[in-house]
Amino acid sequence: MANTSTPEQSQQHGEVLIPGNPTFHSVSDAVSRIVEGKTPRAWWILFGINAAGTGMLLVAIAYLVWEGIGIWGLMIPVGWGFDITNLVFWIGIGHAGTLISAILFLLRQKWRTSINRFAEAMTIFAVICALLFPTIHVGRIWVLYFVFPIPNQMGAWPNFRSPLLWDFFAFMTYFTVSVLFWYVGLIPDLATLRDRAKNKVKKIVFGVLSLGWLGGNKQWKHYELAYLVLAALATPLVLSVHSIVSMDFATSVLPGWHTTIFPPYFVAGAIFSGFAMVMTLAVLARTAFGLQDIFNMRVLERMNLIMLVTGSMVGYAYAMEFFMAWYSGNEYELFAFTNRALGPYAWAYWIMVSCNVLVPQLFWSKKLRTNIAVMFVASILINVGMWFERFVIMMTLSRDFLPSAWDYYTPTKWEIMTLIGSFCLFFTLFLLFLRFLPMVAMSEVKGVLPDAHIHHKKHDAEAGSAA
Amino acid sequence: MGLIRKIPAVILAQFDSANDLFHAAEKMRDAGYKEFDCHSPFPIHGMDDAMGLRRSPLGYIIFCIGSLGLIGALTLMWWTSAVDYPLVISGKPFFSFPAFIPITFALTVLTSALTATIGMIAINQLPRLVHPIFNSERFGKFSDDSFFVSVEANDKKYDETKTAEFLKSIGGKHIEVLKD
Repeated sequence: MANTSTPEQSQQHGEVLIPGNPTFHSVSDAVSRIVEGKTPRAWWILFGINAAGTGMLLVAIAYLVWEGIGIWGLMIPVGWGFDITNLVFWIGIGHAGTLISAILFLLRQKWRTSINRFAEAMTIFAVICALLFPTIHVGRIWVLYFVFPIPNQMGAWPNFRSPLLWDFFAFMTYFTVSVLFWYVGLIPDLATLRDRAKNKVKKIVFGVLSLGWLGGNKQWKHYELAYLVLAALATPLVLSVHSIVSMDFATSVLPGWHTTIFPPYFVAGAIFSGFAMVMTLAVLARTAFGLQDIFNMRVLERMNLIMLVTGSMVGYAYAMEFFMAWYSGNEYELFAFTNRALGPYAWAYWIMVSCNVLVPQLFWSKKLRTNIAVMFVASILINVGMWFERFVIMMTLSRDFLPSAWDYYTPTKWEIMTLIGSFCLFFTLFLLFLRFLPMVAMSEVKGVLPDAHIHHKKHDAEAGSAA
Repeated sequence: MGLIRKIPAVILAQFDSANDLFHAAEKMRDAGYKEFDCHSPFPIHGMDDAMGLRRSPLGYIIFCIGSLGLIGALTLMWWTSAVDYPLVISGKPFFSFPAFIPITFALTVLTSALTATIGMIAINQLPRLVHPIFNSERFGKFSDDSFFVSVEANDKKYDETKTAEFLKSIGGKHIEVLKD
């Protein structure tokens, strides 16, 4: 029965996964009561602010569609500004969610069970924000269907050799797979909410969403295989999506963009920024909802270590870009990088370096990486830094081959409104998720509790003779 | 609808822990029951063997349909770029295979993931919102912290009194007979 587990059994490879001796029931309770309880006042305040910001985003988009992308500060030579910066930023944020849910699942890192649902939701909302930008950036949104391979009035087909079209397919696949993975993971937890529901409407809604899940092993058998396959599919997918994004740049002939280091460097940066975003949200949620046991220090510390590793990889990539620019002997290449560090956008470059390379070095210290305040501030700084990384890459455009063509790009208020609005959209969706769906994968957390272990007769006999 | 399997009745027994459920499953298997299931809040490691179940066939289905996705994606790009409207772009060949790899990969993953999800739901015969087991007051606790064995009336060995007694003898509690 419950509560009879010995200390040895409550450990996995010598560590306690979820502290505080939870039972199966206390896990369902801690997570479900957030969805079932009364809406806290703070939620309404935050939701109100973010919904208003989303309204501002809609206004900015409506005016853009009406007037055209002339309302933005884009010009020649800077044809990609805030729009593509935001696209790359948001799609990168999403990558941590898939890494946590898929790659750590395949590596059997059981500590991920407390944050995976949360991170997957973040992925979906970040990808929604990301998809917004290329959509509105095309200017004439009504001809967006050109990217679909469907017969059209011109009798022409999309150019399958273009990295921009690869992007479209990669994003669509990434979004769909993320939603499927998230939903499949949710089914057993939606059944928990259905079975706990007190009123009829909730029972019907969660009943339909959970598809009549019975938790029978005949169902779990197929379920677990489907989940494994989805994880195995999402793993190469997540590595490919940001690689394909980087090819938008790397397949061009622009100095500073035309480099083979881009795909791995972009993927490392994506995971880095995504973990920072998960950290920001996890620290807020654990404080707001009292989930200190589930989002425990071990999980947070490991996330900080992953940020230290990926942050250092990003720092290495920055250094290697400079080295290759010098080593190639190509004067345009060398100029592009000297210009990044010392040119008109040097301020952005040094924000990027200090936030992305220096800040994560704090995590070498055990004391700092287990300090909630330090990791919270660091995670925000890292996201600022990663946004600036994409901005710096974009601003390579401002000084290309001919000095007569050089220019300085400044965003207009519409671009700033769209950027802020995209954050508001993200947080609005996230708040709705926190309020209406279980933010922790209950069935997975229960599966790693000590009581979930089976004592096989043979093992028990061995343990008995050893004692 | 002939697609949906009819389940006229179910006998339900509750067990105290994952461990008890596991050993009950072994006994059910050894007693020759086939149409029974073990309900738990989370998947239990090794339960397939304990129940005498075979491996899920879903992997083969995903492989087949995923391969069709791969072939379909390549065919689409070959036909549109080299047959229907050949267009010279940057001097590349019409069927420029390396440039087609990213989209081929994406569409293969997409079809496989859709097959995994829809296949899992279909093999499990979901959505199934009406089931005799839902008539039980206690069963709702399976998704919280309880463990159940259910035996369907479709089973060859099913006998309302004998099965109930057997479930009791292997440690089942609160035995219920649930009719559709």
